[in-house]
Amino acid sequence: MTDAALDSAGPSQGRKSDPAETTGPMLAADGTPLKRSLARALRRQKLRALALIAPLLIFILVTFIAPIADMLFRSVENQIVAETLPRTVQAVEAWDYESGEAPAEEAYRALLFDMVVAVERKLHTRLGTRLNYETTGISSLFRKTGRGVDDIGEDHMDAFAAVDARWEDPAVWAGLMGAPDWLAAQADWAAADPANRGPEPAFALAPGIADALPATAPLYADFAAFVQSENDSPVEEDPWAPLYVALHTDLVADPEAAARLAGSNADLVTAAAAAAPGFEVDSVKAAFLDIDEDWGDAEVWGTIKAFAPAYTPGYFLSAVDLQKTPAGVTQQPENQQIYIMLFERTLFMSLMIMGSCILLGYPIAYLLATLPLRVSNVLLILVLLPFWTSLLVRTSAWKVLLQQQGVINDILVWLGLVNDAERLVMINNQFGTIVAMTHILLPFMILPLYSVMKTIPPTYVRAAKSLGATNWTAFWRVYFPQSVPGIGAGCILVFILAIGYYITPELVGGTTGTFISNRIAYHISSSLNWGLAAALGTILLAVVLLLYWLYDRIVGIDNVSLG
Amino acid sequence: MTVFVSEHPLPSLTGFVMPLTAALGGFFGLLAGSAGGSTLLGIVAGLAIGAAMAFALIRLAPDRRIGRTAAAAALGLVGLVAGGITGMVAGVAGGLVLGWFVYWLGSGRYRAGVPVYATGPQVLWHNTFLFICGAIFFFLIAPILTVIPLSFNAEDFFTFTPAMLAFDPEGYSLKHYRDFLTNPDWQQALRNSVQIAPAATILSVSLGTLAAIGLSQSHVPFRRAIMAILISPMIVPLIISAAGMYFFYSRIGLQGTYAGVVLAHAALGIPFVIITVTATLVGFDKSLTRASASLGAGPVRTFFKIQMPLILPGVISGGLFAFITSFDEVVVVLFVGSANQQTLPWQMFTGLREQISPTILAVATILVVISIALLTTVELLRRRSERLRGMTPG
Repeated sequence: MTDAALDSAGPSQGRKSDPAETTGPMLAADGTPLKRSLARALRRQKLRALALIAPLLIFILVTFIAPIADMLFRSVENQIVAETLPRTVQAVEAWDYESGEAPAEEAYRALLFDMVVAVERKLHTRLGTRLNYETTGISSLFRKTGRGVDDIGEDHMDAFAAVDARWEDPAVWAGLMGAPDWLAAQADWAAADPANRGPEPAFALAPGIADALPATAPLYADFAAFVQSENDSPVEEDPWAPLYVALHTDLVADPEAAARLAGSNADLVTAAAAAAPGFEVDSVKAAFLDIDEDWGDAEVWGTIKAFAPAYTPGYFLSAVDLQKTPAGVTQQPENQQIYIMLFERTLFMSLMIMGSCILLGYPIAYLLATLPLRVSNVLLILVLLPFWTSLLVRTSAWKVLLQQQGVINDILVWLGLVNDAERLVMINNQFGTIVAMTHILLPFMILPLYSVMKTIPPTYVRAAKSLGATNWTAFWRVYFPQSVPGIGAGCILVFILAIGYYITPELVGGTTGTFISNRIAYHISSSLNWGLAAALGTILLAVVLLLYWLYDRIVGIDNVSLG
Repeated sequence: MTVFVSEHPLPSLTGFVMPLTAALGGFFGLLAGSAGGSTLLGIVAGLAIGAAMAFALIRLAPDRRIGRTAAAAALGLVGLVAGGITGMVAGVAGGLVLGWFVYWLGSGRYRAGVPVYATGPQVLWHNTFLFICGAIFFFLIAPILTVIPLSFNAEDFFTFTPAMLAFDPEGYSLKHYRDFLTNPDWQQALRNSVQIAPAATILSVSLGTLAAIGLSQSHVPFRRAIMAILISPMIVPLIISAAGMYFFYSRIGLQGTYAGVVLAHAALGIPFVIITVTATLVGFDKSLTRASASLGAGPVRTFFKIQMPLILPGVISGGLFAFITSFDEVVVVLFVGSANQQTLPWQMFTGLREQISPTILAVATILVVISIALLTTVELLRRRSERLRGMTPG
């Protein structure tokens, strides 16, 4: 298409000299103005280029950028608290942590309703694990509570049953709560042949019931949804004990509610409403404290309140040894502060690796750049061979060499330099990691250095020497400054690669030679604290991108060379 | 080089060559002596042998080849008497080095790399520099080469056994290779690697080449931004890519599937394809496609008949990079894959972490051979590409 455009633009060039045409717009062969014709050709060219790029761009966006975005999202995402404990989150909103007191009865009631739903759906342990990252002990508290929560409210149940035995009948509850349409559909479904009936009709609340019984109705809806998800019928399953607590609360709060209820159960509700204020039942708070007295601790409630929002900076605070507590941001306890230390160690070791790469890479690059091309091409293969060899081969080689029963120790013992009983510990520490990673990353220093040094004209140094400079002065004042861009490029490349390394520190780092990346992997696969892993990863990514931006400023993306 | 030698007077035998050779001999003697138990005896013997050898070779054997062979044979004999087969090998090696050293000094070739007017310290520094460079090359290559003999170890050790050092055939065996070829775990890992890497390579090469052609056109909107996105899998540390992919792929049900691993590896290989193919396209003469179009060929035909053959070296070396990226990759597959997708590097990783068997070394040797083959291929392709583009190889 480009070519066609050029062809069509061709004849108009000829017309330029035609005096008749000079006043009007120049025309292409097909009569359209040249300007428009060119613009169209350009647009087509752009579209064609984009069409060629688009498949790959979409591919990378889906397989790579989306995962990174997902990780960034996970580092702040915290919907689990509000999703699992919606009522509690609302109830503690008004509660003040600073008071130092546990919240009032309503919060416990809300917690009871949330917990019974979460326990039935087996979600409470997940939430317990999540909150345990912030305050230790919550996980076991939740698990303990999960075992006892469905007993809370049994005294309420008995009290209701004493008023009228019909309260123990699931069908009565269903009749009270369910919409008439649903009740009919459910009855039809129950009557049908179990072998070939359709799915259970989804539960619907009776109109007006949600206003009349604001606590009971939503909880019953959760109950019905759960029962139906188990392929049972709400008409036949015994209601949860906490439902009686909810009903009691509603009836005490608004005794008139019964009057607003239509249907045959109105008398039942009216009778219960009349008796409800007189029930001799324990408070829900007491029941919770009975299960575990930690529920009286403002700290637990404060944690729930602090982590109620759907997005939290909590993971990032943990990643820098701070913690989000109900009282505000504070330092982690001394013995749990490891991330700053790990970041520092990662930086320190990356710098060490970078430094040793310069020390070892500079002479080699200089030698390669000054030798005749034929010789240097052969020597370059010695640099490229490690570059092309599998990372695991090189790591295993260092494991073989550096072990206490390894080759280097054996040689030293054989030479008598080291006593057999005091073999050197060169692996599973920082030394091993630095040596192995220097070896692995050295080609990444040599190649950019070499490509810069190749462009330095040898005449400059000769000129300096002819003007009386000593070898050292000629090198330091003339050659070295010209090689600095190569050092910069190599350093940033090596540093970027080193800072995110995982495999080698994992295999030869032991406990003192590990990097932040090992901690990320640990949180993903062992401790399952994905949010913290994502936050650590995000910080690391930010550092790398910053360095990369520097690299781009100094060297330019387009100058990335693969040797 | 001979020019320098003739211009510069030959160094004195007794004042220069003999003392230095004696010093080197003394150093070898120190090593041999401390290994054998008597350091002092070793040093004295080494000094004597070095000085004697320098004198004998320079005065009696002007022909280098004969002299070096004689030196190796003599020291080999001494070594055989003193320390058996191991001693003989060490002696031959020491003899070769000493012989070379004597002629290197004696013929004045040690000054070959410096101008004639260089002072003594400058020559010393020059040779020290060469020695340092040699040591660094040794550091680069030796670890990789150490693995190769160790993979023939007859014992389950990660180090040289006495039998190996004595060059006893009993000390060597192919049992680790046999284990690699028969062990179902390793075979499964090999199969997985051989299935995943080519699939990922094909995916990244086909998409990457198309995109590189698109990127090389003259008017591409947002070229820098697009380039940054396409190169990003190379910049982002692997552990972060792996973490993100693990989170996202488990959301969409790709975690623990072949497809997931192949997609992840293809994404990691794409920057290499983009970079190599774009670099080839920089030297591509666009008038060729115009000529082809003017002769009546359609865009598709032009692509396959004109453009493709010319950029093929770049495409193939990009593909090799993508292949080796996937074939060597372990971090992402550890997270995105499940036990069914264990690749060779994964198996090596777990093997190294748990120290199960030296079969790892056999696999490592095979991988070194493969990488030498790949390196040669890429190098040949690069030269061919440069020749096609009319550039001098280098």
